[in-house]
Amino acid sequence: MMNRRTFLGTTAAVAALLAAPPVLGAARPKVVVIGGGAGGATAARYIAKDSKGAIDVTLIEPTRTYYTCFFSNLYLGGFREFDSLGHTYGALASQHGINVVHDWAVGVDRDARTVTLAGGDTLAYDALVVSPGIDFVEGSVPGWSVTSQNKMPHAYKAGSQTQLLKAQIEAMEDGGTYVMIAPPNPYRCPPGPYERISMVAHMLKQTKPSSKILIFDPKDKFSKMALFQDGWQRHYPGMVEWVGGDFGAIDEVRPDSMEVLVNGDTIKAAVCNVIPAMKAGTVAARAGLTNDQGWCPIVPNTMQSRLDERVYVLGDATLNGDMPKSAFSANSQAKVCAMAVRHALTGSTLFPAKYANTCWSLIGTDDGVKVGASYEPEAEKIAKTSGFISQVGEPADLRQRTYEESIGWYAGITADIFS
Amino acid sequence: MVAAGAAVAEPPTGDAERGKVVFKVCAACHAIGQGAKNRIGPHLNGVFGRQAGGIDGFRYSDGLKRAGVTGLVWDYESLDAYIENPKALVSHTRMNFPGMADAIDRAHVLAYLRRFSDNPANIPEAPPRHPPSPKLPPEVLQIKGDPAFGEYLASECTTCHRADGEHHGIPSITHWPVDDFVVAMHAYKQEIRANPVMRMIAGRLSDDEIASLAAYFADIE
Repeated sequence: MMNRRTFLGTTAAVAALLAAPPVLGAARPKVVVIGGGAGGATAARYIAKDSKGAIDVTLIEPTRTYYTCFFSNLYLGGFREFDSLGHTYGALASQHGINVVHDWAVGVDRDARTVTLAGGDTLAYDALVVSPGIDFVEGSVPGWSVTSQNKMPHAYKAGSQTQLLKAQIEAMEDGGTYVMIAPPNPYRCPPGPYERISMVAHMLKQTKPSSKILIFDPKDKFSKMALFQDGWQRHYPGMVEWVGGDFGAIDEVRPDSMEVLVNGDTIKAAVCNVIPAMKAGTVAARAGLTNDQGWCPIVPNTMQSRLDERVYVLGDATLNGDMPKSAFSANSQAKVCAMAVRHALTGSTLFPAKYANTCWSLIGTDDGVKVGASYEPEAEKIAKTSGFISQVGEPADLRQRTYEESIGWYAGITADIFS
Repeated sequence: MVAAGAAVAEPPTGDAERGKVVFKVCAACHAIGQGAKNRIGPHLNGVFGRQAGGIDGFRYSDGLKRAGVTGLVWDYESLDAYIENPKALVSHTRMNFPGMADAIDRAHVLAYLRRFSDNPANIPEAPPRHPPSPKLPPEVLQIKGDPAFGEYLASECTTCHRADGEHHGIPSITHWPVDDFVVAMHAYKQEIRANPVMRMIAGRLSDDEIASLAAYFADIE
């Protein structure tokens, strides 16, 4: 380890002597960002944009077209085209000078301060931003593993899984049963499973109205519960049954026979959408940034890892306190992180951290709801300071406005991440 | 009947006859009374209790329609705030009126409007004790914002409001006159404007932060 560090130090010094303009006398500080979603791409964009070229930013993201998990339920419900969820990285490279590398980050050596890519390259960093999203906890749904995801899709990372789930819904026969195995807390996008139920019900009501939807949920309650349950009754009466708490914990799924074993019964599913328990994206654990629950603890006023001051962790992978795992949260955290990274590397002003989140959900046509809160850093956690939620019984035109607001938000945040 | 000179100033009670005179400045655009029709502005019969932007067939600004469906109903408080400064209550309203600063004149004209609403008995004759238009000491509008600080704070806004000014479902906030921006944000902060997201965001912004945001967005490239 010592040898390697000494070696790298020497190399860097020589490189600086050879390549750096004499006026600067030192190389541009290097930031590597792992993950091109709402957290990572926003952080890369703001670090590059606001440092005006003073920081060398590399963004590592395996996919060339990134499909957002947020709004993917609207595609399932027929409210959006699949292509509208896709975003590319061209503007980050051309407008902001970010070096975008389409590869997997497979390892991080925090002593040497390097990231290893699946393609074999090694990248050095002065600061590292890790925004890897989520992965699934093996064995959390008995009988299911990632190898069964083609039979029982999770569709909780957007892309081909989302298309597969949509195709399975379209192939259902009228009278079939759509089963969702809902995840335990904490998980990405708290209202997501229930918005998905709404969107699936919207599709089934039009084409296969005798079909049923069953949700098995290990939780006693869920995000926007009263709003969703009221909406399901109004839009899809008799179609949706939610089984929660002790009765919601299933015994086993059998992907080969499309069966769900629960409370002594065997249920035959036409579609079985398994959303397993989650943990931080795998590279976070490989980098040694996770706790024993699989999440990454962070410093509330900078988003630094609690375990390494040169590493910042964003979004769904974090254990942050009160902020939910959402694209809005990740985008909000990324801006605080970008400011802190620039401060650490170039001495720019460190302003006080502010965080916010709002999650919109669509329950039926023109029936949008939202929940949101603002947050401030405290010593131990990011703490909620105030919040709001849509109310049951709101007039239809307000719900329509809320839906339109969500479309505006999607356009806004994707421009804020990718443009 | 104006209660004046007391240690604690009582809010004024309007006189509809005086209001009829004050209304002349409104009558350039608004008709009221039997057979009144929409003109440049909508007719004002039955305005109390009506949802903002609520007359079918009148071409309201998007801002006013949005305010209406997100909860703005014309009652004594909201009308008082709107007449005092239309843009403080509703962004981009087409009501091209600089505002009526005199609270007593407003009370008179509201008393006059009240005559033409369906159930005047249900409408308070006296205005509320705490008039709701944003209370802004003149020095708040004098604060010089720091655009660099505003740029950092603005990153919270651009999650929803597009920096390039494009808008669909969420209004543009770029290139606003600084005063309009400041007054609008204080109207959210003081919970006169309805949108809960904006109440939350504005609620924790200091006067300096609002001034800095206004300075940044006014001159954004």
